[in-house]
Amino acid sequence: MITSRRTPQTVTTGHRVRSDAPFIAGLCLLSSVYVLLIAGMLLADLSFTTPGNFLAALRSEEIRYAIRLSLISCSITALLSLWIAVPIGYLMSRYSFRGKAILDAMLDIPIVLPPLVIGLSLLILFRTPAGRLIERFIPVTYAVPGIILAQWMVGCAFAVRTMRTTFDQISPRQEQVALTLGCSRSQAFWRIVLPQVRRGLLAAGTLAWARALGEFGPILIFCGATRMRTEVMPTSVFLELSVGNIEAAVAVSLLMVVAAVIVLLLVRVFGRTAPFEANQI
Amino acid sequence: MIALENVTVRAGAFSLSGISLEIPTGQYGVLMGRTACGKTTILETVCGLKPARSGRILLDGRDATRLKAANRGIGYVPQDGALFSTMTVRGHLAFALEIRKTPRELVRTRVNELARLLGIEGILDRRPAGLSGGEQQRVAVGRALSAQPKTLCLDEPLGCLDEDTHQEMCALLQRVCREVAVTTLHVTHSMAEARKLADCIFRIENGVVTRV
Repeated sequence: MITSRRTPQTVTTGHRVRSDAPFIAGLCLLSSVYVLLIAGMLLADLSFTTPGNFLAALRSEEIRYAIRLSLISCSITALLSLWIAVPIGYLMSRYSFRGKAILDAMLDIPIVLPPLVIGLSLLILFRTPAGRLIERFIPVTYAVPGIILAQWMVGCAFAVRTMRTTFDQISPRQEQVALTLGCSRSQAFWRIVLPQVRRGLLAAGTLAWARALGEFGPILIFCGATRMRTEVMPTSVFLELSVGNIEAAVAVSLLMVVAAVIVLLLVRVFGRTAPFEANQI
Repeated sequence: MIALENVTVRAGAFSLSGISLEIPTGQYGVLMGRTACGKTTILETVCGLKPARSGRILLDGRDATRLKAANRGIGYVPQDGALFSTMTVRGHLAFALEIRKTPRELVRTRVNELARLLGIEGILDRRPAGLSGGEQQRVAVGRALSAQPKTLCLDEPLGCLDEDTHQEMCALLQRVCREVAVTTLHVTHSMAEARKLADCIFRIENGVVTRV
């Protein structure tokens, strides 16, 4: 019989894992606080207005102008944002260069700056000689192009982030193969990369559109809040509130909520890029 | 012919210098070595995807050291195949020819010829997502050979395949490379694979390439 003077260490067989229920319950409880607050806000808005109020708001010429201007300016902003976000996103994703970290941080400035500061900075920019020169040809300050510029400043930053993430998810190996097959860099981009980022493009465009729709601070500072001129939907909410017409303000707010929900759904559906897992063997 | 003469290449902090090797025209050369010893870096330098800091790269008798990847006349098959996810198999086989503005009739003939050679006639209209590992590698080889390159570079193309598919692909590579008379540089860490395929074997160890 083999004996040992030292007691051997053994794994405790009686070890029992505690139930996961308290952990999951804690997660659900904390999450539900926030979700309930969002739902509560929306329900409160809905309960505050009636279909009559809603239709009355829609019949108002000023509000119809604001809706029309919002839709047009946001769509132009989304297109302009993509026009810039694609090259910047691709450049940042594929190339290393001196000062890249600084450029990366700069691209986030419109996201982290307070909206009022963006408006003020734009206003000051267009008081400089260069800004005045531009204004000689295109009126920007307190005009519709200014609204698009203010929306674009913020919307584009979100589009750039989305496009960079999208490009990061596509293996550069495919472009390298394309180069060996006789492509120039530009041909590899147009023929191989771009067809794969269609969903990312849609996600970036809709995000920029949604951000533009909600922009208020920069537009107020840079373009003012003149009815039937520089009035977009958030401006309508502000103007209606300032004259005590809460029902109309809520109706316009709800319209914005509906637009935001549609955009979020679009981003959810199309935003999931299926990058290069298909090529993994 | 693939020849490297005293080539120096750098990839980030990693660098190799004084690399020389020569694979005669039409032969199948295998470059072996441990993981992260620089095999892929050498292959990518031959392909023109990484610049050679010094030395010369000769492909099919001409100095290709400063040529762009697109002008080197090579076919490249990376380890993961790197198939174009939005393209059909037919699109892959036609890609290099369409880039060269080859007449449509010729493209069709060449695609069918390659599909027959690689045994992928049945999957011409499928996209990469639904293909097996072996099928993906066949497509990657077909895509690389479509513009009839004189040089073929394979980066561990059989590394992720199961045993049966591996055998099958070995036989296919051997047959195809003989039939199309292409000079091949194949990178692998498997001695068995090298013995099966190679006309000449090179080993890279501690930054030095020697012929085995």
